Amino acid sequence: MRRRNEFKEMNENIYSEVTVEMKGITKTFTGVVANYKVDFKAEAGKIHAVLGENGAGKTTLMNILYGIYQPDEGEIFVKGRRVKLKSPRDAINLGIGMVHQHFMLIPPHSVAENIVLGLKGSSFFYPAEKIKKKLLEISSKYGLEINPDAKVWQLSVGEQQRVEILKTLFRGSDILILDEPTSVLTPPETKNLFKTLKKMADEGKTIIFITHKLEEVMNVSDEVTVLREGKVVFTSETSKTNKKELAKEMVGREILFNSELGNGKFVKDRVSLEVEKISVLNDKGLLALKNVSFTVSEGEILGVAGVAGNGQKELVEAITGLRKVLKGKIKILGKDLTNKSPREIHGIGVSHIPEERVKTGIVPNLSVMENVVLRDYYHPPFSNGFFLNWKFIRAYTQNLVDQYRILTPNLNTPVKLLSGGNIQRIILAREISRHPKLIIASHPTYGLDIAATEHIHKLLREQKGKGAAVLLVSEDLDEIMSLSDRVIVLFRGEIIGEFKASEAKIEEIGLMMAGVKG
Amino acid sequence: MKIKIEKTSFPSKTKSLTVTLFSVITALLTAAAIFQFYGVNPLSAYEKILYGAFGTPYAWSETIVKTIPLLLCSIGLGVAFKAVIWNIGAEGQLLIGAITATCVALNFPNLPSISLLPLMFISGFIGGAVWGLIPGFLKAEFEADEIITTLMLNYIAENLLKYLVYGPWKGSEEWGFPYTNKFSVSAQLPRIPNTRIHYPTLLIGLILTVLLYILMTKTKLGYEIRVVGESREASKYAGINFKKIILIVMIISGGLAGLAGVGEVAGIHHRLKVGISPGYGYTAIIIAWLGKLNPLGILIASVLFGGLMVGGDMIQVSLGLPFSVINMFNGLILFFVVSGEFLMRYKIKIKR
Repeated sequence: MRRRNEFKEMNENIYSEVTVEMKGITKTFTGVVANYKVDFKAEAGKIHAVLGENGAGKTTLMNILYGIYQPDEGEIFVKGRRVKLKSPRDAINLGIGMVHQHFMLIPPHSVAENIVLGLKGSSFFYPAEKIKKKLLEISSKYGLEINPDAKVWQLSVGEQQRVEILKTLFRGSDILILDEPTSVLTPPETKNLFKTLKKMADEGKTIIFITHKLEEVMNVSDEVTVLREGKVVFTSETSKTNKKELAKEMVGREILFNSELGNGKFVKDRVSLEVEKISVLNDKGLLALKNVSFTVSEGEILGVAGVAGNGQKELVEAITGLRKVLKGKIKILGKDLTNKSPREIHGIGVSHIPEERVKTGIVPNLSVMENVVLRDYYHPPFSNGFFLNWKFIRAYTQNLVDQYRILTPNLNTPVKLLSGGNIQRIILAREISRHPKLIIASHPTYGLDIAATEHIHKLLREQKGKGAAVLLVSEDLDEIMSLSDRVIVLFRGEIIGEFKASEAKIEEIGLMMAGVKG
Repeated sequence: MKIKIEKTSFPSKTKSLTVTLFSVITALLTAAAIFQFYGVNPLSAYEKILYGAFGTPYAWSETIVKTIPLLLCSIGLGVAFKAVIWNIGAEGQLLIGAITATCVALNFPNLPSISLLPLMFISGFIGGAVWGLIPGFLKAEFEADEIITTLMLNYIAENLLKYLVYGPWKGSEEWGFPYTNKFSVSAQLPRIPNTRIHYPTLLIGLILTVLLYILMTKTKLGYEIRVVGESREASKYAGINFKKIILIVMIISGGLAGLAGVGEVAGIHHRLKVGISPGYGYTAIIIAWLGKLNPLGILIASVLFGGLMVGGDMIQVSLGLPFSVINMFNGLILFFVVSGEFLMRYKIKIKR
């Protein structure tokens, strides 16, 4: 009881007090300015949104606050004291927690083991066992359901993020930084997360979240700071601004929203992809898809909605030849291509924008040129069967770099040095430039900023216009609703509902994603 | 004072080279301390090693003799390591190459050199390649860890060789020594006069160095090997058959080690016996790393290590140091090169 009173007292003391203040932060990476004289403030009990495009420097700024990078110039004050954050450990000791966009989990270890790792005062023997009870308490308190014994590699992206959020909650951080936290969540999950965040803010915690989604800024934040090209261009109380203004500040020009664009038409009778009663196993050897059937026609975009881990990944892999089909048939352009090799399927005109773009879609250490030809290097004119034709490849790459506005220092730059948006542009350039008949796009805009998202949506619409069939897997319902002609909802490996996009209601689909049949 | 480790953005080529150089110098300094401990003046020890390795025409010729097998083994390993296949079995692959070449030499002693020697090289390549294919196949089909399997096959090769020279192949003219009979003249490689340099093998090594460089940078196969090494996931997505790549890479690295074995029996010993390799296959692992898996780098590193082996022999005799001092040397260099790799990706800041 005494503790609680103490907490309350402390709570009142720090309430509406500035807990984080960064002054004149400048950070450069080998010549590139990531942050320039950035001033940033966050108060206890409030949710502060940091809005900006990819490469605007939001993550860098937060990584500085979390002690991962040291600023070249500038001062940081936490809870009124000037601090030097030499490592995340210093930040953690000050009560700062961070949920990264790219998860920092150890895949072969269990959820509990990941959470106990690096935890102060954890037991020497069976540390993971000892924390399970508390872990379950916290996870049910905040509605972040998780099995503590599951191995992280078996979890979906969405579930992995839950573990990351739990990790910081577990450490009792009172300043919480979240980097694009909602990218993988469904609307109900996002709602829950926001509830959690608001609850934490009410408890007097300082919440900072990085995002590029205007909707979220408007819905959940109290304050907003907009970064563009490493500088703060706008700060306001959220209630005193609006979406349009924020978008303009963020991109530096007017933006057309998806809802302002119409859906195109498609030829219904020419079926490009026909999936007939397929069953597929997941990595754990369990049935991930059960008797799934659907078709996609020429010029049609079929959206696949669903929470991560309901069979989307396995569906995409089965169609593209990366995973074995147990039962059933996959016909593409009238040909039976069940269990054919990825190369054969790609060769017939199927493009694949993979879910994990850095892990699957590119080879991070290889150059832009080498990545552009990743799927086509083996045939003429890229190769004569033995030698690669570097001269042709260079010219071809230069052409794509110009056409798809890929920002890269040069064609020999390893792609791991490029931003997420530019990496995705390379993948799209490679996959779309071959005039595909069928495009399998898996989370094509996950984690990307508005400008890149807009560009990618435009490209997908163009391809649809040219008669390509598109299978769009995404957890961003807005994206699915605005691009698709038809939507199917996957739940536990089965199609639980099918809609025409024009007739569907977002709430209804949201419920179906949670398993409630319409 | 506080020491902290921070990730650096990315290592440049110059930095990478400087770090490697620094690593080698640090290894030399550490070894110097050990010489001192033995009561040997490190400066004079290094002088003797250098002199013994490169000081006279004879020293040079002996250094090149050692360079030949080191080069062949390490350029092959360089390809395997690029594909992230940890072939630790060059030693065994070398021995099997020597055994298969010996088999040909002993069975067809009367063939003319012009056909017998190529036949020995081919059989040596095949022998080494098969010895590499066994772990390659186990990895491709059953995901057996190649570090373990290649290492274990070294011991099998070693004992197979012992069995042969003590048993069925024991020479009738060798006074009971564990040697095979001496090869017929047509099975002996020509040498540069007054040296032990069997130049055909040296030429093969140099040509293969160039060919592998072209293979890795200019060809489809080299591209596939690099993609498989960088990302297994992406290679599947690209439609590369990585099982095939594993097998090809093991054929190349095993076969090249096999050629090194042929050179040793046909060029140096003119018979098969125990101890034809003082660990060339193991030293080659260090060379491949020191050479940054780059054929030119590997060539330079091979000469350096060849010299180190010869110079090591020298101080063993003149300073009365055990030969294991040279093994310690090799170990120190690998240790510091690997540490250098770490330092390249992270920087250590010392703050007061």
